[in-house]
Amino acid sequence: MTDAILTPTGHTVPHVFTRAQLDWLPWLEPLSEAELTPRHITALVDAARAKSAYFRLLARDPDALESRTRADKDIFYNTEAGLPRAERELAAAAASRLNGCIYCASVHARFAVTYSKRDADVDRMLAEGVGTDLGERWNAIVGSAIALTETPQRFDAGHVDRLRAAGLDDLAISDLIHAASFFNWANRLMLSLGEPAI
Amino acid sequence: MAAPENDLIDTLVGIAPGSALDAIRARRPAAREHTQRSYEVLLTPAEPGDMSEAERFAVASYVSGIHASAEMAAHYDAGVEARAPALAEPIAAAVAATRTSGPYGAFPAGPLSAEDQSGSTYAVPAEVTAALGPRLAAALAHAHFLIFHPRDASADAFRPLFDAGWSTTGIVTLSQLISFLAYQIRVVGGLRVLASRPGAPA
Repeated sequence: MTDAILTPTGHTVPHVFTRAQLDWLPWLEPLSEAELTPRHITALVDAARAKSAYFRLLARDPDALESRTRADKDIFYNTEAGLPRAERELAAAAASRLNGCIYCASVHARFAVTYSKRDADVDRMLAEGVGTDLGERWNAIVGSAIALTETPQRFDAGHVDRLRAAGLDDLAISDLIHAASFFNWANRLMLSLGEPAI
Repeated sequence: MAAPENDLIDTLVGIAPGSALDAIRARRPAAREHTQRSYEVLLTPAEPGDMSEAERFAVASYVSGIHASAEMAAHYDAGVEARAPALAEPIAAAVAATRTSGPYGAFPAGPLSAEDQSGSTYAVPAEVTAALGPRLAAALAHAHFLIFHPRDASADAFRPLFDAGWSTTGIVTLSQLISFLAYQIRVVGGLRVLASRPGAPA
C-alpha cells in the first residue's frame, strides 16, 4: 500500500490564517521510524525530526532532504549581520500568506512575533493579507517578498532602492531574497504533500 | 565546501570572485554550498532512483520556461538537448500553451474564500501530451499546479501521477525538484537585480 494516497480523517482543517500551533497530516506514506537507516537520520540533520511525518516523508529522498535542510538553517539561523531574524521570518510568513500555506504561515508568524514582539502587526498581516500597512520598513520587506513570490517574479531595481532607503544593506537584501525564495520551496512541499489540522 | 568556480548561481548571476556579491554570498557559506548541492542531487544524482535524469531536466526546462526566466531556461533547455533532444519541442509547446501568472487558487472554504482567485489549468494539445509520454505529461501538469496555484492542493492531485506510473518516492523527488526550482529561479532573478544596482559599499 506504499504507492497510495492517504486520506486523513477525524481532524479539522483550519480555514483561516493563525499563529496557533497546528498539526500536519501527510497525503503520502512517510517512512516509518523503524525504516529509518543511518543515512535517513543524517539527512534529517536534527534527529528529533524522526518524530515528524513531514520529514519522514521527505526522507524518501535523503540527499534532497539533507541539502534542503542545511541551506534552510543557514538562510534563517545564521544571524551574523545581515537581515535580523525577525524580518527573515516576516518574509517567510508573507510568502506563505500569499501562496496560501496556512501551516507554514502559522510557524513563521509565531517566530516573527517571538523575535519582533510586534504581535498586532503580524496578526493583521495574517488576517488582512500582505497589502496591510506595517510601517515603511516592514512594508518594503513584505513588498519585496511578495514581488519575489509572484510567478513570474516582479522584484526589480525599485524594490532594491526602497529596501536600501529603509535601512537594509546589501547583505540584508540578499538575506531577504533567500528567505522569501526559500519559502517558495517550503510552501510548495507543505501545501502539496499533506494538510494542516487543528 | 563546494568549489566556487562550479557554482551554478554564481555563473548565472555573473558573480566574479572578489566582487561585492561574492563577499555577500561568502557570509552564508552553508546556504551557498547546499543550494548548489541541492541542484546537484536533484538534477544529476549519483543514483537516479525513481526519476531519470532526462525526466529531471525536462521538468526543470518546463518550470524555468513557465517562470519566464531566460537564463535558467537556457541552462535547463541545454540539459534536455544533451539528454533527450526529442523532448525539447514538446516542452517548448507546453510552456507556450500553459504560461500564465500566479499565485491563484482557492483557500479552504470559509472567510478566506473572498480572496479566491480563478486561473487557468494545465491544457496542452494532444500531440504534445503524446510526445511527452504519460509520465512526463503528468509531471508537467503537476508542476503547473505547484508553480501557479499551489493553494489548490488536494490529495487527489497525486492520482494522475500514480496512474502514469510514478511511485511515492518518485513523487517526493518530483515535488522537491519543482519546489527547489521555484527557489533557485527566484534567487538567481533576485541576485541579478541586486547585481545590476550597485549601491554604496557595505
